[in-house]
Amino acid sequence: MNQKSNKAILDIQDLQMYFPVMRGLLRKKVADVKAVDGVSFQLIRDETLGLVGESGCGKTTIGRCVLGLYKPTGGRILFEGADIASFTEKKLREIRRNMALIFQDPYSSLDPRQSAGSIVGEPLKIHNMTPTKGEYNDRVEELFRVVGLDPSMTDRFPHEFSGGQRQRIGVARALACDPDLIVCDEPISALDVSIQAQIINLLEQLQDSAKELSYLFIAHDLSVVRHISDRVAVMYLGRIVEICKARVLYENPLHPYTRALLSAVPIADPFVEETRERIILKGEVPSPLNPPPGCSFHPRCFMAVGECSEAIPPLRDIGEDHQVACIRV
Amino acid sequence: MVEEQSTSLEFQEVAPRVSEWRRFWRVFLQRKIVLFGLVILGILVLTAIFADFLAPYDPYTGVLTDSLEAPSSQYWLGTDIQGRDTMSRLIFGARTALLVGFVTTGVAAAAGIILGLIAGYFGGVTSMVIMRIMDALMGFPMILLALLISSVLGAGIQNVIIALAVAMLPGYARVMNGLTLSLRENDYILAGRAMGATDMRTMLRHILPNALAPMIVLVTMQLGTLILAEAGLSFLGIGIKPPGAAWGAMVNDGYRYLTYNPVLSFAPGLAIMIVVFAFQLVGDGLRDALDPRLRGLL
Amino acid sequence: MAELLKVSNLVTQFKTESGLVKAVDGVSYYIDEQEIIGLVGESGCGKSVSQLSVMQLISAPGEIVGGEVIFEGQNLLKYDANGPEMRSTRGAKIAMIFQEPMTSLNPVLTIGQQLTEMLELHMKMSGDAARKRAIELMSLVGIPGAENRIDDYPHHFSGGMRQRVMIAMGLSCNPKILIADEPTTALDVTTQAQLLELMKDMVQRFRASLVIVTHNLGVVARYAQRIYIMYAGRIVESGTTKDIFSKPRHPYTIGLLACIPRLDEEEGRKLVPIEGLPPNLINMPPTCAFLPRCAYKVDKCSREPWPPLTAINGNHYISCYANTKEK
Repeated sequence: MNQKSNKAILDIQDLQMYFPVMRGLLRKKVADVKAVDGVSFQLIRDETLGLVGESGCGKTTIGRCVLGLYKPTGGRILFEGADIASFTEKKLREIRRNMALIFQDPYSSLDPRQSAGSIVGEPLKIHNMTPTKGEYNDRVEELFRVVGLDPSMTDRFPHEFSGGQRQRIGVARALACDPDLIVCDEPISALDVSIQAQIINLLEQLQDSAKELSYLFIAHDLSVVRHISDRVAVMYLGRIVEICKARVLYENPLHPYTRALLSAVPIADPFVEETRERIILKGEVPSPLNPPPGCSFHPRCFMAVGECSEAIPPLRDIGEDHQVACIRV
Repeated sequence: MVEEQSTSLEFQEVAPRVSEWRRFWRVFLQRKIVLFGLVILGILVLTAIFADFLAPYDPYTGVLTDSLEAPSSQYWLGTDIQGRDTMSRLIFGARTALLVGFVTTGVAAAAGIILGLIAGYFGGVTSMVIMRIMDALMGFPMILLALLISSVLGAGIQNVIIALAVAMLPGYARVMNGLTLSLRENDYILAGRAMGATDMRTMLRHILPNALAPMIVLVTMQLGTLILAEAGLSFLGIGIKPPGAAWGAMVNDGYRYLTYNPVLSFAPGLAIMIVVFAFQLVGDGLRDALDPRLRGLL
Repeated sequence: MAELLKVSNLVTQFKTESGLVKAVDGVSYYIDEQEIIGLVGESGCGKSVSQLSVMQLISAPGEIVGGEVIFEGQNLLKYDANGPEMRSTRGAKIAMIFQEPMTSLNPVLTIGQQLTEMLELHMKMSGDAARKRAIELMSLVGIPGAENRIDDYPHHFSGGMRQRVMIAMGLSCNPKILIADEPTTALDVTTQAQLLELMKDMVQRFRASLVIVTHNLGVVARYAQRIYIMYAGRIVESGTTKDIFSKPRHPYTIGLLACIPRLDEEEGRKLVPIEGLPPNLINMPPTCAFLPRCAYKVDKCSREPWPPLTAINGNHYISCYANTKEK
């Protein structure tokens, strides 16, 4: 069932984000890349919502829209009740204190010429959170400690840290102003497997100990998303095809794409693998420039019927906090 | 408060910083010839600073009776038509060269960097307008442009500086524009926006410092070109005229007396050549030392 | 099944500005006919370099300094890297597929040209026969409308399609061994699944062996019959897939299995990370490279050099002094 909106920190309503394709000398628009095509969901306070899907599904675009980095083509983004899709850049800057972004690439997300301490403390300076130098230094050191970095390293430069440590710097920076929402955009996919667990645990720990902290966790690795999320939204070509609790996603996936996606992820256990359902899809993900009519998944779907190409299936409730966009379910 | 992470992470070995500087100097001075260039420039700077003490005579007024003397123990490089000591003029010419070089570069670089930064960062119409103007300026051969501006403004050292600065700044703007365009794509710029950084802050604190290294190399190399350009202008009779002591003007002056006393032209000519060469060497060395291997330093 | 390839004590080094990197430090393994083995490890463990060494594709500052690679009765390392023996082995008898389909294919040649080149060179086919075979191969790997696409350029294909072309090229000369180096890391999950299934099917059809080099334990759990786990240039554990996953004995393997999230885990499972950082391969000490991060270490570990691979049960080997069974 839909949660009451005052318990939701983020309420996305019918979000659309189209990128025009320009051709020619005069740069006329010839088509739209429909990166996000009518997406609605809520992020409840203190929960982690996983946004999962393959390339071109629009999950990264949603993350950027939520942070106000793109101006949506249509729809509303209600953050703490206010529609930020209509905010001016100035107003956005004010609320940016309350939300943060963690990036995928620990190498390009830190300014190589800034010391680690300065990187972590920059949000404090921008939003004037620590008026005195003493408070600033204290806060920066505290942030370092919280993410597991030696506070005496604040004057070092990014290239002196390892990949995992740099990602911790990124996390510390995101925490600087004590935000209520952190958008994590593939925060661990660029790290070694043995380091990924360190960062996952760190993120979980931070959420447990914070007064209120919600994560929008964007990733393509289903195993990680399953582990860290409370609820998961599966996306395909700009639309959500299924949203449910993380446990339910694995135990009772309903949308055929979700089922195919799950079966495509190998599990590190040969005995389990022997007995698993194996769904191999035909074809490839179509280009977002030219999505198939009706349900965009129907050409590859093993359950498709004639009606599937006629209309876009709406995301509908089918029971306990479980929504699916499929007419065959 | 969150419990601290296990200490094994906190005291991770992080590379000592000193070695980065040492590596810079090692690469920089790798080729002996760069050291040679550095020495030349050092001599140039010292000469310019201590010109008053080094020059044996007043470079601006001459003893008419001693006009066109050959090199002797009294006048080491001889005198010009007005009886001014060539040696002293050469020494003071160093001051002029450096003054013109540094001030012009300063003005051109400052203006060019700002324009390139704005064009590259904002893109769109702003970029188009700015860069097309830069392209137009670059379409003129530098000397011609400087000539044009000088003839409008008149002679004199300030006008030479203005003319040369205008001629040089499109080059800086171009390079800076390119650098800004590529730096703009980095995630840390997006991170800045995501945390609420203003455009001004992003440009000044994130893009500019990262563009500094290539710009330093460009500036150093252009200094040599600039001195040559100034010499050219003075030689052509625009720019600095006697009694001002400028090497280019000196070459022009002595041109008439080439058969009589070649030193008058050769001495300043040689000085120009050596100094420009030195700047190129140092610029080369800097470029090697600052290359991407050492990205993230300085 | 007979033994197809046997690598013994392979050592490959790189001389860098800061010191010596022993990317592969005494690696031994074997491949039987018609089997699928997995070479598993994180970045820097030496898995890719070891395969490149087998193919003698290592160039300065890297150097193969020791070991043997016995294939079809001959030690491949005895041959000159650019000599006729190696050139006729590469691609024809031992083929390799790489991670980045973008850069593995020549952008200025058509797919047809690249495929037929292989066939003409190694199989001595005529132009027409080669073209026919190329179209057959492309259909076999699932490229629709192969006759029309054979004259397309690489950039006309998607990432998944390009990788299929690579698989076609790899198998075109009926190699005995196909080495796939992180073949699907750059692709979407569903495409990965398609391609891995394809590779398995193809390898069975061509009666070849497959070496999957990857960091993904799930992939080897699904496809490999035997696995080698690598760390810092050495093999630390080896055995059948079922043995290793049901009874992991090396602290690194145990650590890995405890720290990766699983799709089928119970709710609330806590990951147990491996503490510390990946090893710095420059001028490594002679002791076990995993020692700084090991939860099972004993006194012997800091006194003795790297433990040799010892059998603990049939085909199950580990390189460890500690007794991890007791913990």
